[in-house]
Parts: sequence; structure tokens; C-alpha cells
Amino acid sequence: METPIIEVRDLWFEYPGRVVALRGINLKIHRGEFLGIIGHNGSGKTTLVKHFNGLLKPTKGLVLVDGIDTRKLSVAQLSRKVGYVFQNPDHQIFAPTILEEVGFGLKNSGVPESEIIERVKEALQIVDLNKPLDASPHFLSVGEKHRLAIASVLVTRPEVIILDEPTTGLDFKHCIQLMSIVKKLNERGHTIILVTHDMYLIAEFTRRVIVLREGRIVADGSTKSIMSNIELLEENFLYPPQVTLLARAISKYGIPPNIVTTEEFVTSYGNLLSRLSTENPNSL
Amino acid sequence: MSYIIEIEDLWFRYRGTKEYALKGVNMRIREGEFIVIMGPSGCGKTTLCYCLNGIIPHLIRGELRGKISVCNLNPAEHSVVEMSRYIGLVFQNPEMQLVTTSVYEEIAFALENLALPRKEIRRRVEEILTLTGLKGLENRSPFSLSGGEQQALAIASVLVLKPKVLILDEPTSQLDPWSTKLVADLIVKLRENLNMTIITIEHRMEWAAEHADRILIMDNGRIIVEGSPKDIFKTPEPVRTIGFRPPQVSEIAYRLQERGFKIPTVPITLPEAIELYEKILREGRRYGNSNN
Repeated sequence: METPIIEVRDLWFEYPGRVVALRGINLKIHRGEFLGIIGHNGSGKTTLVKHFNGLLKPTKGLVLVDGIDTRKLSVAQLSRKVGYVFQNPDHQIFAPTILEEVGFGLKNSGVPESEIIERVKEALQIVDLNKPLDASPHFLSVGEKHRLAIASVLVTRPEVIILDEPTTGLDFKHCIQLMSIVKKLNERGHTIILVTHDMYLIAEFTRRVIVLREGRIVADGSTKSIMSNIELLEENFLYPPQVTLLARAISKYGIPPNIVTTEEFVTSYGNLLSRLSTENPNSL
Repeated sequence: MSYIIEIEDLWFRYRGTKEYALKGVNMRIREGEFIVIMGPSGCGKTTLCYCLNGIIPHLIRGELRGKISVCNLNPAEHSVVEMSRYIGLVFQNPEMQLVTTSVYEEIAFALENLALPRKEIRRRVEEILTLTGLKGLENRSPFSLSGGEQQALAIASVLVLKPKVLILDEPTSQLDPWSTKLVADLIVKLRENLNMTIITIEHRMEWAAEHADRILIMDNGRIIVEGSPKDIFKTPEPVRTIGFRPPQVSEIAYRLQERGFKIPTVPITLPEAIELYEKILREGRRYGNSNN
């Protein structure tokens, strides 16, 4: 069996002041997964993912990245394996030019200037940001800043990319633009970990979901099984997509009750309707 | 017909910028209407709100042209404090407008500035605490509250002045689902209990479809479409033009229609959708796609 890219063993974490944020997390994330992490505010989502790139170290238990204990690695070393995109890109943007902003991580690790330029160009191309390298990042639009923030993470070519509420403050159009880039990265083999309150994004993009409550994993399963479990979601102060409620309400007619996206509904409903109107016209 | 808000050919550009943020906005709102404004970032919706309560031009400078009337007052000719008795504005981020050390003080703050008697202040604060579901939290620090409670407090401290119009600028966009529901339910309750005129900037289509009297869609400094939710979501275009997502139950109808199924109407709320899609399955044959 291949080593999980991230493995968490009985992880406990306590913030100063004896606030216990994580209480015995066990989790394996494999290469190429697209994992969603959901849960009420304060359930431990951000605390957990900050352990993956070494921003936090366990109070008790173990976090292994590609088989190596994160306590033995610096944040700089880990950043080549695990990239973390912050919630608000303004917190992340500080350099006077796009080149310096995106190339910062490489310059720090002593990569030669010519290679930095190549890799910055490559990262900007992936996020579809066609701006001069010497332009100031501060004058970018909100959507462009989010993409720039992702480029700065991509430039070190991390295997795992963590997005913590990446779409806060973005309108729907920019949000979909961002998520289609993330989807493309996943197709290229990057492991994606998405922390969000947006159940639509979870349903549409992830393949596996874990639900956190009070520092514990209370559910871990396929996106379909978690997102169509209306009772589980409500217990955790979350709400299923509208289409799931619709599918369940008319499931007695043969619509699967575990539908979580509109596309699935349309396909399944369309097939049912075609069959009803051709195969068995008289029984209707 | 009289309107509580009337805007005619309103133009505004921020000082130091070339392009106008508002490019000839026309808008009329009747007393008691519940209006949802939506539009992409930078479309001018927040600027429009600032013009309504007088933040523009009093606190934010620039070139303002056109006619605005709010409760028969021109906000440019009255101070923001004066206007706040007619029109209350709640911001996106509640922390931005919380200033005191307890929930009670926060709500009483504006009334103390009006030099009302203590007894009257207490009575009005109590009333608002009950209305907004904050009763029992009076002595808590505003900063110890959840995001949803903070936003409810921001709404409470605006409501205590009994304005006729309430404007909310993306009140739930920074909140988690639970807090979002708390605030969204509160807005619906205010509308039902107080018959206030409410204008909210909101991007949750399912909610807007269920509750709004009218939806105004803004893009590039103008209102490009307006109508009842039924009208707005009848076809996918108005919402797709600005890159937004229609309610999922409507999206399903568009996609089935695109595949040739004869879906007779576009449902906009869940109960409507359940009824319609159930009916179609019961009477399946008549709705088959054109290939059949």
C-alpha cells in the first residue's frame, strides 16, 4: 500500500489557555484526493489543516507528511510538499511586484533568478493571470488577487494544496473561476484539501468529505453519502443543497435520494421522464 | 403613487477616480417593499447604499449628480446622524460597527446620543432585544458573540432608532451557515412584524427567490434588470449575464428545457419545485422530449 501523503494519528491540540481544539483525530489522505472539510465554526477545521503544513505542531499524537513526522521539518521544508492558501489574499500579499510576490518562496530557498522567472510565469499561466511581472499586485482586482495568492503557492510545486475558505469575498463568477483552476490542479495530480462553509462547492467539486465537531471527526465518507445525509448535516449546523432536498422529496417516483448536484438530478430525471413517456405510455 | 425612495439619473464618482461608480441609476421603492439587490463585485451596489444614507457625499467625497429622495429628504442636505432616524445601514462585517463593551450599551448608544430619558432608553432597548433574539445576552461583550449574533446586534443597534428603511450590505457573506440562517430568519421576521421597507444586497439566490418582492440586478454602475423573482428567474439569462447561479430548482428546469423536455414553468422555490416535478412524473408522457 502506498504511503498516504498525509497521515494523522491520534492528534490532540491545545491552544494556550487550555483550549482543546482537536481531540484524537485519525485520518489518512491519499495522493490525488479532493477532500472537503466541513463543520460548525470552532469545530477545529483550520486548526487541523494548519498541522498539515507545520504551522501548528501536535500537542499529542503524530502528523506525517509523505511519511515524515512534521515535528522534524521546518515550515519552509514543508511548504514544498504542502501549500496553504489563506482566506484573505490581502494577508498574503506584501511585495512590490508580481514577480517578487509569486517568486518569494523560491528566492527564499535559493533558486536561481532565471529559474524563478520561468516558474513564476508557469504558475501565473496555470491560474490564468496575464499581467506584466513588474506590475504591482496591490492594484489587482479581488478575483485576480485570489488567483495571485494561489500562484504564489503553486510556484513551489507542492503536492498538496490546502484552501481555507478560499471563496470568501468572491462573487459567484470569480468563485467558479477559482474552483475550475483548483479542479485542473487536482486533475494534474495535486491533492486538494478544501475547507469551506459553502455546501454547493463541496457537492460540486470534492469527492470525499470529513465532518468535524468539537475537535473530533464525526463523519468521513464519499461526498455523495455525506452531502445527502440531511440529518447528519443539520446536527452539525450545516444545510444540504436545495437539489438534495428536492431529490429526496420526490424519491418515491424513482429519483435517487442521494443526489447532490443539479447535473446529476437533470440526468436522472431526464432518463426517468424519457422512459416513462416511451416505454410505458399507457400506464401514465 | 408615492415612493419612500426615489432615485433619478444618479451618477457618482469617487474623488480621484476617472470612471463613474454609478452611471445613471433609476430606482423607485414603495413603503413596505422587500428589495434584493445583486450584482458582481465592483458593480456599484455598495456605493448606491452609501448614497441612500448620506455617507456619500458627507463622509466619502466625490462628484454626485442626480436626484435622491429618501422619506422625502435629500440625504446630501441632511447629516448622516439625522438620516439615521429614517434609514439604517448595516454593513457586511459586523465588527466594523460595534463600538461599546456590552450588548446593552451597544443598542442604547444611539439613543443616549439623542438625550432620551433613561427609562425610555431602557424600554426601547428591551423591546429590540426581544425582537432580535438577543435577550439574555445584554451583559456580554459584543466581541464574545458569534458572527450571527454580532450581525443581529448590528441590526438591533440600527433598528432602535426606528428607521422606516433598513439597508443591509451583504449581511451574511462573512458568516457560517448557522449564523447565516439566524440573520436571514431575523430579516424575514422584521419584514413580517414591522412592515419595514428593507433593501438587502444578497447573493443567496434560493433565499432571494423565496422572500423578495423585487430583485434589482446591477452591473457596471447601472440597474440592468428588475422584476419579481418569478420574472427574474423565468429564464436563465438575467442571472447568468452577471455570472451568478440561479436557484438550483430553476437551474434544473432550464437544463431540462435545453434538452428538449417540455417543462411548462420554471419553479423558483423548493415547495413549488416539489409540486411541479412530481406532477410531471405522474403525467410523464406529455412532457417527453422532442425525440420521442
